[in-house]
Amino acid sequence: MATIKINHERCKGCGLCGNACPNKCISLSKQFNKIGYHWAFIEKEDDCIACGFCYLTCPDFCIEVYK
Amino acid sequence: MNKILSKPESLKDVSLSYCPGCGHGIIHRLIAECVDELHLREKTIAVAPVGCAVFAYDYFNFDVTEAPHGRPPAVATGIKRTNPDKFVFTYQGDGDIAAIGMSETIHAANRGENITVIFVNNANYGMTGGQMAPTTLIGQITQTTPFGRDPKRDGYPIKLCELLATLDGTTYLERVSVFNPQNIIKAKKAIKKAFQCQIDEKGFSLIEVISQCPVDWSMSPLEAIRWVEEVFIKSFPLGVIKDKIDEK
Repeated sequence: MATIKINHERCKGCGLCGNACPNKCISLSKQFNKIGYHWAFIEKEDDCIACGFCYLTCPDFCIEVYK
Repeated sequence: MNKILSKPESLKDVSLSYCPGCGHGIIHRLIAECVDELHLREKTIAVAPVGCAVFAYDYFNFDVTEAPHGRPPAVATGIKRTNPDKFVFTYQGDGDIAAIGMSETIHAANRGENITVIFVNNANYGMTGGQMAPTTLIGQITQTTPFGRDPKRDGYPIKLCELLATLDGTTYLERVSVFNPQNIIKAKKAIKKAFQCQIDEKGFSLIEVISQCPVDWSMSPLEAIRWVEEVFIKSFPLGVIKDKIDEK
């Protein structure tokens, strides 16, 4: 099964990962993390194909991809 | 379930000081991946600039020194000449390399120093709040050009790769971008080729990375990557500007 893990506390909520995701699996949380941003999380885990596009575009290297 | 992609070993496990959506983090990761893949971590010495990337020594998990504004190519020259077995690269922004450090850049390139320069071009002075830089586009609004850059008053943007391509000392010059996954993969290939150029002792290589600066451009991160794609790279076309690796 393919999935990703996002470090919520380091995410700055820029949304580049969600924009790059071909299946639009990633959304931004409505809550804030400790540094004051809406963090990204994987909403549709079943649609993840572990393409790694989110990992490539994340400027804060908070994404790990599993397959 | 195996981990197939995660933070490279050459990056420390710390959070970065860059703004949300900034391209610096992506470029840091590409450099760290190339250093890991070429097994250079124990012999790398990087030179950090003055600018947004001034804290690069806190993020990279190899030796990084700091140079005065614009002087990394001169400092890297000294390091490489005294330690020819080390791998030396500089990491510079557009204000650093094309304004204050133009003289050092041109002379290091003209001498054909065996170093690699990673030049991050975001079309303004990012750290000081988004003033006009030498690479600011014509008509672009910045803090010091509130009505857009006017060539009659402010001159034209400097295309550093094309400028350095006229010098016989340079070996490999390429312009890449990091606005989408496809271009990020191309950027990594270019950085790796430039690093290999230094390992093979072929001479001076420079990779210009067109990067987004959402906060200083007063855009959201998604608007910024769209602006890079639709406007920025039209003025700074991507591609290999000079490749003399096979001739040296």
